Amino acid sequence: MRILVCVKRVPLTGGKMVLTADEQALETRHLGFTISPHEECGVEEAVRLVEHHGGEITVLTLGPPEAEEQIRETLAIGADRGILLADGGEEWDPQATAAAIVTTIETEQAAGGEFDLIVFGNESADSGNYQVGIRVAHALSRPVVTGLKGLSVEDGRARCEQEVAGGRDVYVVPLPAVVTVLEGINLPRYPSVPAKLRARQKPVERISPERPSARLEKLRLVVPPGQGKQAEILGQGPDAAPAVVEVMRELGVA
Amino acid sequence: MTVLVLVEHDGGAVDELSLQALTFARSLGEPEVMLVGGADAVERLDVATAHVAEDERLALYAPGAWASALGEVIDRVAPAAVVAAGTNRGNEVLAHLAARRDLPLAANCTAVVAENSAGGAGAEGGGLLTVTRVRWGGSLLEEARVHSQLPLLSVAPHALPAAVGEGAPAVERFAPAVDDADLLVRVAEHVDEVTAGISLAEAKVVVSGGRGVGSADGFGILEELAALLDAAVGCSRVVTSAGWRPHTDQVGQTGTKVSPDLYIACGISGATQHIAGCKGAKKILAINSDAEAPILANADYAVIGDLTAIVPAITAELRKARSP
Ligand SMILES: Cc1cc2nc3c(=O)[nH]c(=O)nc-3n(C[C@H](O)[C@H](O)[C@H](O)COP(=O)(O)OP(=O)(O)OC[C@H]3O[C@@H](n4cnc5c(N)ncnc54)[C@H](O)[C@@H]3O)c2cc1C
Ligand SMILES: Nc1ncnc2c1ncn2[C@@H]1O[C@H](COP(=O)(O)O)[C@@H](O)[C@H]1O
Repeated sequence: MRILVCVKRVPLTGGKMVLTADEQALETRHLGFTISPHEECGVEEAVRLVEHHGGEITVLTLGPPEAEEQIRETLAIGADRGILLADGGEEWDPQATAAAIVTTIETEQAAGGEFDLIVFGNESADSGNYQVGIRVAHALSRPVVTGLKGLSVEDGRARCEQEVAGGRDVYVVPLPAVVTVLEGINLPRYPSVPAKLRARQKPVERISPERPSARLEKLRLVVPPGQGKQAEILGQGPDAAPAVVEVMRELGVA
Repeated sequence: MTVLVLVEHDGGAVDELSLQALTFARSLGEPEVMLVGGADAVERLDVATAHVAEDERLALYAPGAWASALGEVIDRVAPAAVVAAGTNRGNEVLAHLAARRDLPLAANCTAVVAENSAGGAGAEGGGLLTVTRVRWGGSLLEEARVHSQLPLLSVAPHALPAAVGEGAPAVERFAPAVDDADLLVRVAEHVDEVTAGISLAEAKVVVSGGRGVGSADGFGILEELAALLDAAVGCSRVVTSAGWRPHTDQVGQTGTKVSPDLYIACGISGATQHIAGCKGAKKILAINSDAEAPILANADYAVIGDLTAIVPAITAELRKARSP
């Protein structure tokens, strides 16, 4: 199978959201970065499929040059090659993001054959647009199933499972297809040290697409009110137990 | 101006989140609604017209077909905007529509205003809308301008009250032109799963553990307390990543969102992505050895110290209080 996984670099925000002075982004000077959990599971799912069926995994990201770090993480758990689309230091809206991904996929497919499966997260962790995967699927005229908690491939078909109230909904679609996955579909592995070293040798290609003007134009970010209350300290250690039970009584839950 | 709202329903009743979407739509104009099936569910809808798509092939959910049906109504009604609840289906159907018509979609909005500045003539004249939308699962808001003649907007769950009222909408039934391609992606099968115990999303009390619990076995004392309180057990992502608990127990941005009367966070630091899942709780009690942990800035009560001593002490105190 030829599989493409799209991942996005996002900051590890910790305990508090702090904005830059121009209110256009999170202040990330003191933060680490990661891949969104949904997409991390997307990479793991691709690795499992290739372990089972054979094939090759390409990982694609649109982001800053530092996003190579996140691509290398995926190469360390089993992806074969990476493509980094430079975002030019600005956030792209979901339509522009999808368009850049589609252009890259078309070039890749012309050169190396069709991707049997294109994997997205259900939504990006930071902007949560819930649409890039669906847009890409439409542009490529492929079926798309979203929010997967289960996936298996057999005889050129993908069996896709969603968790819904009271159980699971199952979809069966022919490949090539697009899927978007949720955290919990699997438990991603940790890379071994030798795998991390090997990942350094794997190829990462760089492309600099042109950013179109945004049709969903970010004006500014706002930290919602309500952060920063201060807890009433009921006590230190086990001696606080009676005070806790008192509170539970007041709340009517004890 | 007319705003078209996609309304979801189940068992003859309109979905609460769709009623919230209706409240949102009303801040923009006069809503008309579209439902797929469910002509019997319209009496809670205080709108003039309900367009009901009727086709047996849509008895099972098919996002492409829903988007086609919605597209037909759009072409008929020529609304100034299209709104849906920010549910899995609401977001998915709007994204299909957005992709087909190359329109922008603003997901999970909490507010909308029509711009009347020189830059935009107001939505009436096909101008611009400014929305406030949710990012990071609710930990951050964004103000954004939607550049479109037909803005597509989904509404963040629980950001607005549900529209209440009785109505007698004119029901316009129609048979949507659904083609095979629209039905390629359709629910093929529903597998029932009975979940044992108290559901995390609906529990009145949640006893939740983080890295501070130390191990899978460490959850024993949390289970014991939870059993006394008829509570569900939750956890942080560190716990699920370590394999101590299943992902179904995870609370947070990429886990379950809970809204109990009391959320007890044991050994959880209070990362924004965790808070995104438990800020709907009426009260939060943090049990943490670090008096500086960020969770304290999101909690109502705190006990400082080692949870392995504190949790069993609370359990013992509860038992003592209950014994005659
Ligand atoms: C996009 C994204 C999505 C995410 N989604 C989620 C999500 O859905 N849910 C989620 O939980 N996380 C999520 N995370 C991860 C999140 O950022 C944190 O890493 C995680 O919540 C931390 O878990 P924790 O509080 O258990 O661990 P830590 O941050 O390590 O905190 C452990 C706490 O335990 C306390 N402690 C230690 N020992 C004891 C003891 N003996 N007694 C009492 N207290 C003790 C410490 O003081 C500390 O405060 C997400 C991250 C990203 C980037
Ligand atoms: N900048 C990006 N680079 C690569 N993939 C992306 C990017 N933005 C979004 N995606 C993919 O599209 C999915 C949905 O994103 P969104 O529509 O923004 O919620 C994400 O989970 C990713 O898989």
